[in-house]
Amino acid sequence: MYKYDVYDHQIVDERVAQYRDQVRRRLSDELTEDEFRPLRLQNGLYMQIHAYMLRIAVPYGLVSSAQMRMFAHIARKYDRGYGHFTTRQNLQFNWIKLEETPDILADLATVEMHGIQTSGNCIRNITSDEYAGVAADEIIDPRPYAEILRQWSTFHPEFAYLPRKFKIAINGAAEDRAAIAVHDIGLSVLKNEQGEIGFRVLVGGGTARTPIIGSEICDFLPWQHMLTYIESIMRVYNQYGRRDNMYKSRIKILVKAIGIEEFKRQVEADWADIKNGPGTLTVEELNRVAAYFTAPVYETLPANDPGVALYKTENKAFANWLQRNVKPHKIPGYAVVVLSLKKTGIAPGDASAEQMDVVADLADRFSFGELRVTHKQNLVLADVKQSDLISLWKEAAEHGMASPNIGLLTDIICCPGADFCTLAFARSIPLAKMIAERFDNLDFQHDIGEIELNMSGCVNACGHNHVGHIGVIGVDKKDGGEWYQVSVGGAQGNDAAIGKIIGPSFNFQQMPEVIDRLLHVYVRERLEEELFIETVNRIGVTPFKEYVYATPINVEDTVDKDAYGFIEKPDNYTVQRKSRF
Amino acid sequence: MIIKNKAVVSDDWTILRLSENETPESVTVPVGKIIVPLKVWQAQRATLQNRAERGVWLASNERPEELKGEVEKFDVIAVDFPKFADGRGYSIAYNLRARLGYVGELRAIGDVLRDQMFYMQRVGFDAFAPRPDKNIHDALKGLTDFSETYQTSLDQKLPLFRRVKRDGIATAGSTNE
Repeated sequence: MYKYDVYDHQIVDERVAQYRDQVRRRLSDELTEDEFRPLRLQNGLYMQIHAYMLRIAVPYGLVSSAQMRMFAHIARKYDRGYGHFTTRQNLQFNWIKLEETPDILADLATVEMHGIQTSGNCIRNITSDEYAGVAADEIIDPRPYAEILRQWSTFHPEFAYLPRKFKIAINGAAEDRAAIAVHDIGLSVLKNEQGEIGFRVLVGGGTARTPIIGSEICDFLPWQHMLTYIESIMRVYNQYGRRDNMYKSRIKILVKAIGIEEFKRQVEADWADIKNGPGTLTVEELNRVAAYFTAPVYETLPANDPGVALYKTENKAFANWLQRNVKPHKIPGYAVVVLSLKKTGIAPGDASAEQMDVVADLADRFSFGELRVTHKQNLVLADVKQSDLISLWKEAAEHGMASPNIGLLTDIICCPGADFCTLAFARSIPLAKMIAERFDNLDFQHDIGEIELNMSGCVNACGHNHVGHIGVIGVDKKDGGEWYQVSVGGAQGNDAAIGKIIGPSFNFQQMPEVIDRLLHVYVRERLEEELFIETVNRIGVTPFKEYVYATPINVEDTVDKDAYGFIEKPDNYTVQRKSRF
Repeated sequence: MIIKNKAVVSDDWTILRLSENETPESVTVPVGKIIVPLKVWQAQRATLQNRAERGVWLASNERPEELKGEVEKFDVIAVDFPKFADGRGYSIAYNLRARLGYVGELRAIGDVLRDQMFYMQRVGFDAFAPRPDKNIHDALKGLTDFSETYQTSLDQKLPLFRRVKRDGIATAGSTNE
């Protein structure tokens, strides 16, 4: 993976010094909270309901064992012994003290990490394919381009105070695993007929209040022009994106308002005098960065390990794990292993300091010291010898990271929700937990098969609800209660689609039954081998809607069972909402 | 006092802001060194351009192209930041310098604070009028927060990768493609 050179170190160290002084000025009231807010946000520090939350950038999801151990250290020293992996492949700590944040960032800098631009109205962490470099369907490894973009976007002077946040994703495989269609800019790395490398560029995709699939602005942008072309997109957006209404300020609204053709014309007009200018990427720089992403030294191994083949016939739990959590690798004898952070009873994406240390050790012993964070909030060991799978499985299981549920119903994508986030209308973690408990039966989950259940506590849609096969979103009903709208038919990947809302919202207690009824329709209607999403696409939303609303959903009163360990829920629970951020 | 060319200096320009009952056509521009709103310049260009010293300022929702072909008439062009979080002024400055060829004093006015000034100087501002309630000597420190930058902008025509020899690694193992 990429290693900082002297310049990267210097820039991050100077950032820590700058931020330390900003915190000093805030604490001495030289800076007002209004002045300080964007400064702390651009270092990843949010004010949440209970404490500050610090979001650490994991560039394109790649993390070394040394970095993972630093996360464990921070969890122990500055937090409550755990952290939360996010849908943007980042890590969040939820119980942080402002005074300690400069020291945390200094600690992070020693392992080449930071919180730069993980929040604020700027270019955010670049996300990519969690299987980059090892996927069998890869066309081009996107990581060198992601790293070059990371550096270019870091402290870009012109684009630090955009109308709104800006997210770029990049994918280089036949299958889109980076959700490029729902990003402000989505890049697909590809080769043209002449064998030249370039990008298909989508712009103006997104979720939240206005879910929309990105529009193609360029069908083939030669790689040399990546930075200057994006610069022009940013400049047009910075000047013309709306700033009067934060809900209309994303680039998708601008693109929709003037149309992709006009937007493209403006971008190309701006681009005319910088195209081929000094910002053009060089072969030398691409090669320098790409050299950090070369494959490790693989052994020559048989395509299939006989020990694994035998053990899976003897041990059903291992066989289940193999089926769900182990993915094919492009090198014979190797496998990609997904460590599940979706054990029933645990908040999706949470990992304890102990688990972080364990996965760091597993990475060192079994996967060349590297890990990936997935946008589905799991961890990946990308280069595991098949002959190590049995030992790895046993150790992962011992530490609660071998739930064989990857891609299944309980592999829920979930935002922090109203337990932590000041934006949320409703809780999502306790709901995920309640649903996971209802459908904990593994045979049932395997029978339902691949399905994506994505949940967000509010319209900001951090839990990717619009592109979930089943999407759940907390809605604002003004009565302080928790209400959820449900959509079906959303999808990520090559056939990305926005789900359709099935009807009026449900309360917290009704939700497991709603999911159950949706699954009932699927089981009733499915053709052989048909996945949930395929059935939805074939029969449409109506049969689901009709069945869910056919009879009232009465729930027995399980309300006051404390749904989630450390949040005390009063009898007359209402969601706490403070000012934004 | 303002910050100009990285030093605190005295300043004798006055910024004219229209009050509600004034119009660009009718407002009386005092004699002396006055930085007038773009609309006042456009309405009174015939007389204002005969003055010995000329200054104009742009609001964040105004277009720098409005000054196309006449930027050289000004001793100072200012760009107003109504709120520091309004980032349009950065692109206005970039376009004034890079596209319209303005080489005179380019001054940031309005909600100008220390922690944004490093970025402002990068996109072409060489003068800053920090908000009056802030210590100007303290604000000056904001110009030196970083000693290196990755990307091109007005102050730095070459990206880091074209300016310096950056360390790479000797590659081991097979390539990925």
